[in-house]
Amino acid sequence: MKLNVNGEVIDVEVDRSTPLLWVLREQLDLTGTKYSCGIGLCGSCTVLVDGRAVRACITPVSAFDADQEITTIEGLSSDASHPLQRAWQQLDTPQCGYCQPGMIMSAAALLNEKPEPTDADIDASITNICRCGTYNRVRQGIHLAARIAKGGKG
Amino acid sequence: MSKDTVNVSRREFLLGSAALGAGFSLGLYLPTNVSAAVAGASSADTAAVPEVNAWVVIKPDDTVVIRIARSEMGQGTLTGLAQLVAEELECDWGKVTTEYPTPGENRARGRIWGSFSTGGSQGIRGSHSYVRKGGAVAREMLIEAAAEAWDVPRTECSVAAGIITHEPTGRTVSYGEVAAAAAELFPPEQVTLKDPKDWKLIGQPVKRLDTADKLTGRQVFGADLKLPGMLNAAIRACPTFGGRVKRFDAARVSGMPGVQAVVKVGDDAVAVVAETWWQAKSALDALPIEWDRGANNEVSSASISATLDEGLTAEEALVGNQKGDARAALKRADRIVEATYAYPYQNHATMEPMNATALWTSERCEVWCPTQNGEAALEAAAEASGLDISRCDVHKIHLGGGFGRRGAFHDFVTQAVLIAKQLPGTPVKLLWTREEDMQHGHYHPITKCRLTGGLDQDGNLNSLHVRISGQSILAAVNPAWMTNGVDTFVFQGMLPDGDHEISYTVHDLLVDHAMRNPPVPPGFWRGVNVNQNAIYMECFMDELAHAAGQDPLAFRRRLMTNHPKSLAVLNAVASKAGWDEPAPAGIHRGLAVCKAFASHVAACAEVSVDDRGRLKVHRIVAATDPGYAVNPQQIEAQVEGSFVYGLSALLYGECTIKRGAVQQRNFNDYPSMLISEMPEVEVMVMPSGGFWGGIGEPTIAVAAPAVLNAIFAATGKRVREFPLKNVDLRAGS
Repeated sequence: MKLNVNGEVIDVEVDRSTPLLWVLREQLDLTGTKYSCGIGLCGSCTVLVDGRAVRACITPVSAFDADQEITTIEGLSSDASHPLQRAWQQLDTPQCGYCQPGMIMSAAALLNEKPEPTDADIDASITNICRCGTYNRVRQGIHLAARIAKGGKG
Repeated sequence: MSKDTVNVSRREFLLGSAALGAGFSLGLYLPTNVSAAVAGASSADTAAVPEVNAWVVIKPDDTVVIRIARSEMGQGTLTGLAQLVAEELECDWGKVTTEYPTPGENRARGRIWGSFSTGGSQGIRGSHSYVRKGGAVAREMLIEAAAEAWDVPRTECSVAAGIITHEPTGRTVSYGEVAAAAAELFPPEQVTLKDPKDWKLIGQPVKRLDTADKLTGRQVFGADLKLPGMLNAAIRACPTFGGRVKRFDAARVSGMPGVQAVVKVGDDAVAVVAETWWQAKSALDALPIEWDRGANNEVSSASISATLDEGLTAEEALVGNQKGDARAALKRADRIVEATYAYPYQNHATMEPMNATALWTSERCEVWCPTQNGEAALEAAAEASGLDISRCDVHKIHLGGGFGRRGAFHDFVTQAVLIAKQLPGTPVKLLWTREEDMQHGHYHPITKCRLTGGLDQDGNLNSLHVRISGQSILAAVNPAWMTNGVDTFVFQGMLPDGDHEISYTVHDLLVDHAMRNPPVPPGFWRGVNVNQNAIYMECFMDELAHAAGQDPLAFRRRLMTNHPKSLAVLNAVASKAGWDEPAPAGIHRGLAVCKAFASHVAACAEVSVDDRGRLKVHRIVAATDPGYAVNPQQIEAQVEGSFVYGLSALLYGECTIKRGAVQQRNFNDYPSMLISEMPEVEVMVMPSGGFWGGIGEPTIAVAAPAVLNAIFAATGKRVREFPLKNVDLRAGS
């Protein structure tokens, strides 16, 4: 079957019931998207599909066709220049970092929908689990990224 | 150091040790994606460059590679330790990268890098002296090399930012240009470390060295590792602790896609090995396994609770802190206050489930894994491999969370090696499911606590008996670490002196422990026993203050005159939070203070509880005196994070036991706090100097009690059993 991942249409040979997560990680070597809970709860596996957040660990690859643009953390930008990546760098947001690709992709989906999200928007849409406890810098990072995207200095 | 010291950079060691392995060319097995994984040193290939000393390698282009023995798991120790070395080295901080030596190298070189153990908030406070010395020695050798090249006295040379200057002539040379010559010199016999007042890099809020790769997906964690020809394994162990595999029907799954092998692992587990992990996991789900659940099949939360209840009043107990005669004094007290608290089992729930990758041949065993203690991982690998430890090594990978799970127990390493041993020459990556991770932790130990306090006529606390009943970590980890049968870890935060000294002076005091060890395996945890001990002590102090009709801050202050540093952080949070002024309408405050891991910490929480009993933590003011603050912005991050870990435990953390097994399976029944529940946290870093305290754990101690005391202020309810998800906070309930 064909998948459109990070701007490239790729042929993959895989059992169609396989979750997208494992196709990304094991077939395409895109290991930035993480396995943690496997039941769609923690958000570590979050990718964008046509700009919206999808939990890749519970979504079978059969749900996708080549018309849908799948974006992983590796494809968010080519040079870590996405406003979220710049904001995260500026605030030193990650601790262990394992949940952060999912956190960033969830935040990217939020910014796609609401370029200037409120704290309530963040509370409602960022349901990713971070056990190290980066939440306050994640929140600051989303606001900072919104300012960067708007052309502010950040 | 001898002049012929072998450069043992990672790559050369791998290749060299592979040569020892009788034709087993490990070079073929260098991970395809691991360069960024090892200590974040994406290009720190130091093979061609001689080290100045064990801690410092400087390349001709002036890149400074600092060797880090402890493990980075999010707590920032990689950056902090590099700051310590670089402070003395006087190098250009902008050119610093890091790398991990392997535990095998450490062993081969007489433990030149000291301990690899990364727990107990020890990373910096346990090694600051010798890593700074490592930087200072390297600096002296580099300057000496320049002086020799110029044929001038050493005393005429100075250094700043990695550039050595001959003062009289103004000639300069960079570290990179003299590093090779410096490596040939003998180290100075003595160096003097800088006075703290002269520090330029220590104390600065520099950025972490390991952030960039964590923003792009390039950071490789253990779960992400890929080796050429590698197979993947999924595993299931008997859910009942102490149970065994009776039989399994491999034929039912051996024809499934990708399946390569179905193997027994030790006595208690079965693994499926397949081309991909998803195939292995799918086949494992379909594999019929019959268990012999063994002796613990009848163990339940209720049976454990009964065992601990018995310990609360048992005659015999191990003494942790005794002053005067508390039992006699309690009989004379004007008024007695008594309360019993209970704290549950909790899982670490690192975001990255347990994993390890192993490659075994009859000659050699290599393991790649996230570990908090590379040396312990090496011992586990060697034991499982059946090979001499000199034929084994472990390559540390960044951890997707540790919190104590990946330090004392390397069951996942043992399993990976036992699997790989059944597939000689093929690297196998074992990755646990979340469910396996939840059911086979080494859990936060379970305890109950009965506190009996005696007040005099003026409401002064003059006698206190704290009876802890429950589990000992050391009895499970290593009984040899106990002192005359006493596990002093049990008394964290209540000891007479030291890193976990009690914060109060009580005239007659007894803190004792009835050790009761149920068959659920305990382990170290972020904060460990200080988490519940501070709840016991700080919530009870609040109970006593209210019984005495006194303000909780004023009540504590009277007992803290001999504990000025703890009092200082308590006063600081009270002052910043505005304790002496009324809180905004509907908001209620609670205080807590503790000394943990040698640091003094305090918190003031502001909460509200609505008429439906819903708790909201609005704001927390926290203060930390760690003695010396190496990187204040990372300390702030650790303090903030400690509230997430500590409050997740308070709100949701509970593992219950049925048929000798943990009933929770995943984040649906073992939830964690989300961003929507996160309070504002204001952090005061208050280094008073003169000692080195820990950072990653201490604040957890005050997170829960500050909130619980605020809940009492809001509702009049004393919650004494946890987590809060089980408690109705509505008025009148």
